[in-house]
Amino acid sequence: MMKGGHEPRSSGSCAACKFLKRRCSPTCLFAPYFRSDEPKKFAKVHKVFGASNVSKILAEVAEEHRHDTVNSLVYEAEARLSDPVYGCIGAIAILQRKMVELQQDLDVARTRLALCAAGVSPLSLSSRMISFW
Amino acid sequence: MASSSSYTSPCAACKFLRRKCMPGCIFAPYFPPEEPQKFANVHKIFGASNVTKLLNELLPHQREDAVSSLAYEAEARVRDPVYGCVGAITFLQRQVERLQKELDSANSDLIRYACNDIQSSLPAPPGVNLVHPTVPTRQRHEGEIFYQTPSSFQFPYSPLPWNESPSGGGGNI
Repeated sequence: MMKGGHEPRSSGSCAACKFLKRRCSPTCLFAPYFRSDEPKKFAKVHKVFGASNVSKILAEVAEEHRHDTVNSLVYEAEARLSDPVYGCIGAIAILQRKMVELQQDLDVARTRLALCAAGVSPLSLSSRMISFW
Repeated sequence: MASSSSYTSPCAACKFLRRKCMPGCIFAPYFPPEEPQKFANVHKIFGASNVTKLLNELLPHQREDAVSSLAYEAEARVRDPVYGCVGAITFLQRQVERLQKELDSANSDLIRYACNDIQSSLPAPPGVNLVHPTVPTRQRHEGEIFYQTPSSFQFPYSPLPWNESPSGGGGNI
């Protein structure tokens, strides 16, 4: 026999509210970005930034930017958890070094091309000649 | 008798948190009172409690670098709340891709010059058509870049979760 007027218990809590063990309201700020089937995503972000800080950051940005904001926070959190000392600054350092290396290689290649275009045989090019030019 | 006790100014963290800066304060070595904004940013983004836990998990000699990277990330996030320092990563990745393509193109041109050079220096045997020589790959020597193996740069971080360039830019590194 069915009980009258009994509202069914909501099973639609987002991952954040499940983690925080609280009721997920219809206006929950986290719900669109932390689905219940991705519990680790919120756990990582919570561990590094804290729910309160994430909530403030999301509240500061326009709604159309919140997906990207959450994605970047998750990325940073994952980087920090795998490298507690440098976080994603390690990634920046690697990329900066790679850029410098590629630019140097490109400068050498272009110098060689200029010499080839001027009629110098590429087979006779050496590092000394590049330094001279 | 003159007092020998010396007054030490509270660190920026304890000033911000309005608490007594005790000897052995974990923040004091890294958040000097002359840099209040550094802790303010870190507190805003990460929170004092999370930073304390993180620092406690590290060895003492690692903490300075950890605080520097946290301060950098926090400042980047304060300036760009949407992308933070991930905007810089995206920007740099695109620069690396662009430079690699340009280098591959330049090296292809150099190979063509070399092939033409080899061909023109060899006398053609009568009745035989010359075949383009297969140019073997070589190890890269310092200052002697003839050609490189195709892009083999392995970026040891997770791929970024979007394809389009974020609007945050990242040229302020």
